[in-house]
Amino acid sequence: MFKQLAQKILDPARADRLFRIAVLLSALLLPLVMTGFFLQLGWSSAPAWREFGLSLLWSTEWDPVANRFGALPAIVGTLLTTSIAIVAATPPAFIIALYLVDAPPWIGRPLSQALDLLAAIPSVIYGMWGLFVLVPVMQNHVQPFLADTLRMKHLPFVGEYFNGFGILTAGIILALMILPYISAIMRDVFRMTPPMLRESAYGIGCTRWETAVHIVMRYGARGLLGGVFVGLGRALGETMAVLFVIGNVAMLPDSIFAGGTTIAATLANNFAEADGLLRHVLFALGLVLLVMSFIVQLFAQSCLTATAAARGEER
Amino acid sequence: MDPFAPLEDRRRGLRFRKFLDRMVRVASLAALAAGLGGMLWILYTVVDHGAGALGWDFLTEPSKPYGAEHPGIANALIGTLLITLGAALMALPPALGAGIYLSEFGRGSRTAHWIRFSANVMMGVPSVLVGLFIYALWVVPTGKFSGFAGSLALAVIMFPVVMRTTEDILTMVPDALRESALALGMTRARAICRIVCRAGRNGLVTGVLLAVARVSGETAPLLFTALWSDGWPTGYFREPTSNLPVLITEYATNSPFPEQHAAGWGAALVVMTLILLLNIGCRVLFKEKKHV
Repeated sequence: MFKQLAQKILDPARADRLFRIAVLLSALLLPLVMTGFFLQLGWSSAPAWREFGLSLLWSTEWDPVANRFGALPAIVGTLLTTSIAIVAATPPAFIIALYLVDAPPWIGRPLSQALDLLAAIPSVIYGMWGLFVLVPVMQNHVQPFLADTLRMKHLPFVGEYFNGFGILTAGIILALMILPYISAIMRDVFRMTPPMLRESAYGIGCTRWETAVHIVMRYGARGLLGGVFVGLGRALGETMAVLFVIGNVAMLPDSIFAGGTTIAATLANNFAEADGLLRHVLFALGLVLLVMSFIVQLFAQSCLTATAAARGEER
Repeated sequence: MDPFAPLEDRRRGLRFRKFLDRMVRVASLAALAAGLGGMLWILYTVVDHGAGALGWDFLTEPSKPYGAEHPGIANALIGTLLITLGAALMALPPALGAGIYLSEFGRGSRTAHWIRFSANVMMGVPSVLVGLFIYALWVVPTGKFSGFAGSLALAVIMFPVVMRTTEDILTMVPDALRESALALGMTRARAICRIVCRAGRNGLVTGVLLAVARVSGETAPLLFTALWSDGWPTGYFREPTSNLPVLITEYATNSPFPEQHAAGWGAALVVMTLILLLNIGCRVLFKEKKHV
């Protein structure tokens, strides 16, 4: 009987089917884990929602002693740092991609690989560099320059007071971190544009810049947007680099020089010591962050697949 | 009417357009210089601050409580290796399998489409949330922080990355190889394991090593799973396990002592050197594969 069993398993056709089922099962692990994320965060945060209702999302209170919590400061901080990062990183990423894709390979390849290395540096090192190097530079040079020399302190949302830490510093670090991601995707989009289109543009006398703006940007607009969204997703959830430089105060920032916090930084800062209601609130914040990054990914993927599909790639 | 006026206008236009083009090119070089300059600045800072801390003692002594003299990083180094190795052991088999499914069985199928979609979503999930997830899934039920929990978190991060690279690499293997293998009478399983995977071996190794390099510097998911400790990592399954990224965080933010700051920079230098070596090594060693 044992022999029969062994024969059954060793039978090539059966082994083939087994193999197929095994790889399918391991592939199905992924959607399972993804659903698990939503279920688990929803489940663990349920008491917080029951206690505060949806007002958790727009309350600005953060008082662990009185057990009153609101997520608005963290949400606003997340959105502000992310917007600064995107605004600061997208234009350079675009023109870098533009230059690198047409550069001769002997210079283009090493440069783009060096740029990829920028993405390989762990975020905790960005954070440490930010804390010990960028914060003093911001405090002593950049922020006085912006506030006093450029007289921006009279503008709304630019504060008079600064100490180097805060939303702006976090945004700048994030910009540096997401630059290589956005640039890499934009490079691919430039490459995807049919050479015929670009060469035709050159043929009628367009300059490189005109080709990029009128041809490639038209053709690959959604892909470029997808790249921006991928960068957005990374900036939203980045924890360590932000944690080190944002100042970690759970208050609505009144200017971009002010200290603040983000969802990810709040989690990293409080979770290990939290218990009771605070812990559930932190899970609720996690759920908010998960939903935000899920939506961003949805946009990113729909943009990128649309570009690929326009070119007839079935992926 | 001056017959030359329009021509001159056009000329000025051309000059302006060329000027604009050149300006954009200069701007792009400047942006590139800013990006790479930022990177070099970070590298320089880490080397500058970290090199002084390095030494034989630093690499062989365990970390010490705040304020103690001559802190080392040996326990954290071993802990990081353990945690990363554990993550790789857990993530690789299913991730390679899933990649094989996508490239060999799932071309154009709906299931594969959804799996690919969830992989992309998972790659975008902030790593701190992975820590939260594993905390609730493993740390709470078992009642202990442990290095194994950290490995679980890193495995969740590695899985989609390795899966997508596997798929990309295997899709590049020409179909003629598959067809020849099947024509020789191999089963599909055998053809995939013996022929297709072997053809893509270099790419697979590169992909795996890059994924390992990427997770070995992850900090946020370890904060609530592996935690950290000053002891040697003897209780991988039972106790908080020291590791380099969290050690750097602790030393840089929670310690007022310059000794600890220096040790933090030293640890950062070690992590960065390892990661950059892995990255550059892969690119140099398997360069020819990239042009396929």
